[in-house]
Amino acid sequence: MSKRLLPADASIFLILIGVALTFELLGWLVMGQSFIFNTRRLPIIVLQVAVIGIIAIGVTQVIITGGIDLSSGSVAALSGMVAASFAQAAGGSSMYFAGLADLPTIVPLVVGIAVGCAAGWVNGAITAYTGVPPFIPTLGMMVSARGLAVLYNNGNPVIGLTDGFTALGAGATPIVIFAVVALLFHIVLTRTLYGRRTYAVGSNAEAARTSGINVKAHKVLVYTIAGGLAGLAGVVMTARATMAQPGMGLMYELDAISAAVIGGTSLFGGRGRVSGTVIGVLILGVITSGFTFLRIDFYYQEVAKGLIILAAVIADRYRQGVKFGMR
Amino acid sequence: MSNITQNQSSPLPRETGIFLVLIGVALVFEAAGWMIHGQSFVFNTQRLYIIVLQMAIIGIMAVGLTQIIVMAGIDLSGGSVVAFAGLVAASLAQASSAGEAVYPSLTDLPIIVPLLIGLAIGAALGFVNGSIIAITGIPPFIATLAILVIARGLARWYTSGKQVSFFTPEFAVFGSGATPVWIFLGVVIVFHVLMTRTLYGRRTYAIGSNERAARMAGVNVGRHKVLVYSIAGLLYGLAAVIQTSRAETAQSGTGLMWELDAISAVVIGGTSLMGGIGRIPGTVIGVLILGVLTSGFTFLGINVFYIAIVKGVIVVAAVVADQYRHRNKRGK
Amino acid sequence: MSDIVLSTRGLTKHYGGVQALVDADFEIREGEHIAIVGDNGAGKSTFVRQITGVEVPTSGSIVFEGKEVSFQSPLDARRAGIETVFQNLALADDLDVPANIFLGREEVYFNLGPFSFLNEKKMLKMAQEGLTRTAVKIPNLHNTIGNMSGGQRQCVAISRTATFASKLIIMDEPTAALGVQETTQVENIIRTLKDQGVPLILISHNLRQVLNLVDRIVVFRRGRIAGTLDAKTTNGNEIVSMITGLDTGVHENASYI
Repeated sequence: MSKRLLPADASIFLILIGVALTFELLGWLVMGQSFIFNTRRLPIIVLQVAVIGIIAIGVTQVIITGGIDLSSGSVAALSGMVAASFAQAAGGSSMYFAGLADLPTIVPLVVGIAVGCAAGWVNGAITAYTGVPPFIPTLGMMVSARGLAVLYNNGNPVIGLTDGFTALGAGATPIVIFAVVALLFHIVLTRTLYGRRTYAVGSNAEAARTSGINVKAHKVLVYTIAGGLAGLAGVVMTARATMAQPGMGLMYELDAISAAVIGGTSLFGGRGRVSGTVIGVLILGVITSGFTFLRIDFYYQEVAKGLIILAAVIADRYRQGVKFGMR
Repeated sequence: MSNITQNQSSPLPRETGIFLVLIGVALVFEAAGWMIHGQSFVFNTQRLYIIVLQMAIIGIMAVGLTQIIVMAGIDLSGGSVVAFAGLVAASLAQASSAGEAVYPSLTDLPIIVPLLIGLAIGAALGFVNGSIIAITGIPPFIATLAILVIARGLARWYTSGKQVSFFTPEFAVFGSGATPVWIFLGVVIVFHVLMTRTLYGRRTYAIGSNERAARMAGVNVGRHKVLVYSIAGLLYGLAAVIQTSRAETAQSGTGLMWELDAISAVVIGGTSLMGGIGRIPGTVIGVLILGVLTSGFTFLGINVFYIAIVKGVIVVAAVVADQYRHRNKRGK
Repeated sequence: MSDIVLSTRGLTKHYGGVQALVDADFEIREGEHIAIVGDNGAGKSTFVRQITGVEVPTSGSIVFEGKEVSFQSPLDARRAGIETVFQNLALADDLDVPANIFLGREEVYFNLGPFSFLNEKKMLKMAQEGLTRTAVKIPNLHNTIGNMSGGQRQCVAISRTATFASKLIIMDEPTAALGVQETTQVENIIRTLKDQGVPLILISHNLRQVLNLVDRIVVFRRGRIAGTLDAKTTNGNEIVSMITGLDTGVHENASYI
């Protein structure tokens, strides 16, 4: 768990550069224009990267503890829906809470994060206290949260949001939020007791337990934080789109997990860094954007994404020094 | 063998408990039906028929998943595989009278062709799942999650998102009337025998119970895993053909979340996610419980999305209950 | 005709630069019970891995029943008649007794590959015979192994060797994880096997057990066989000295006895 940024993530950073350059080259060959130096493309990449990045930072911590979270996208959607209902401007046609209009932006922001934390807490509690493999409760949460998001406004979006709220998603604000979150959690994971315990639990839960760490409580905390970050992502997503839709954030958890794994987080726990995840998110963003840029069919994108996840996880396994072969 | 014939401390069949749950759930809806609608829920042959018919397809998937989960694996790709296999099969089942056939020169084919192709696609994707898991050792949920995405992408790519319909009249045989139920029954019987009386079943339970012990005893674990996932894929292909035939169309959005229903049925039916424990009859009852729940909710006019939430809660509860039941299971 | 069941000449195993086993010359005769002792890393586990087919030796030869053999896998060794009882038992908790005994070599009716039908009647009968031969009493053979005590589980594991009429049995720390009563249970089975003339190689840290049960004691030290002692004439002091290579003059009340 080195504290030096450069050497550990150097290889992933090179991959990022390589991918970007590949698309740049293809851009000139296929489209006759630059991929990177294109101001129209940047905002789109920004949003993709920021929202998934925020989720990915939470997921990274969960994976470091040896767990997984499949509910992030749905939780983000639910959080966004609920937050939006507290962020509506007066005079709108479809007020969710008749009396609650023009609330200060801090209110929906906190509400959104709180909803995410609640969902994360449930995930963590079930995982830690029953010993059930984490993909089951988070899978259940994925379905339930999505269901709740739809039910929240009977399948309708929540619209007519205040300017103060939508400002959270305007311009480069999402990226700034992402950067702050990344910096914050980089410090937390590398310099605080929380971070030390997270790595300990993931590396060897039994050893962590016998050395006095309350493993169960810590896992609940980590999942709660991840949920809170998903909630924040939902808020940003909603602010950017100036409305909350129950179907948003679909499959985002997959991107977040991919980004984390590409960035060096091991699915077997004990390893992973915020800096690596950030680069992983950028790589994913560049690839997604590159595909759109090259007008590659959306259908190919999905297949490619699945292959990328697979490749990333297999590479992670290989990194562990495990020998492959039919056993 | 005790864990697959009966509970060693009770003379009753192992599925008694879960069967009582099924009866209980049905009775709850029966009571609610009288109170709310003034009519019976259970004593309605039309409804019972529909329940089984709708669940037959999920049931076939659940049989495949039972084997995987008993082996201590998991497969999240089922629904997407059904979608892709269904589309490919559909594209070979079209009648020449179809307006825009996918393959204009391949119309009016004998129905054995789309059937075999559907099975083959399913088996092939299952083979890929099993191979990745056996060779690289990455956790099954991630491997099959990736295949879920890839298969869904393939489904959308195959006809660029367009539906495929207008099949030959013969193709309807798979999905018409009660045929899906008979096929489901046949699958249940065949695989129950396979799991309880053959080497295949023995090895599946052994690997699920203690993979290391099985390996040390000489079982070719890798090869067996590939076999089990491939067979499950075959069953997804079968489900796909039946679904396509019955719906008279194939779409890229088919099967969304079906694997979750199938996994729920398996878990509710008593199969343990930890492996080594579980039976096909239990899965059948799990499938029925799920069917009764869905039908009951519709009967009472409850919003579909509440069903989704309830299902999510039930699965988690079933898994937690399973965890407690096997608290004292020795470490592998 | 020689009554040597297994012998090794110059058996050597290197792992990269590490010489884990060097020049091991070993032999065991019909009906003999030999203990292999030594400190951790002394080479005894490495030696066992070579003769049971888990690994292939770097050099040297293994002669089993008069013929030179080269096992490519544990299955080869098992087929030849060498049966190993592992420390961690290698049992499947959710399967019952006959299923565990026949794990990996199930009896089937017709050979349809994986889809062959199990001959459960035959396996039950053979399992019962094996258990009787090792004097192991299990009330209900259909009970799942997970429900049995550590001693019973170990006894089932050992009775596998009797069921398959093994020509040589190897036990790796069979009582390490067991309580006093269960250890006695297993040691009694070992005595039964001795009475039946089945050759046995026992790896154990428990010198009292070793002195009580076997005929000869082979001591490994630093990858080599340091020496062989006669169980009837040696004592704990001598064994420990050979294990450590020091004349430690160990006190009589030392805990290893």
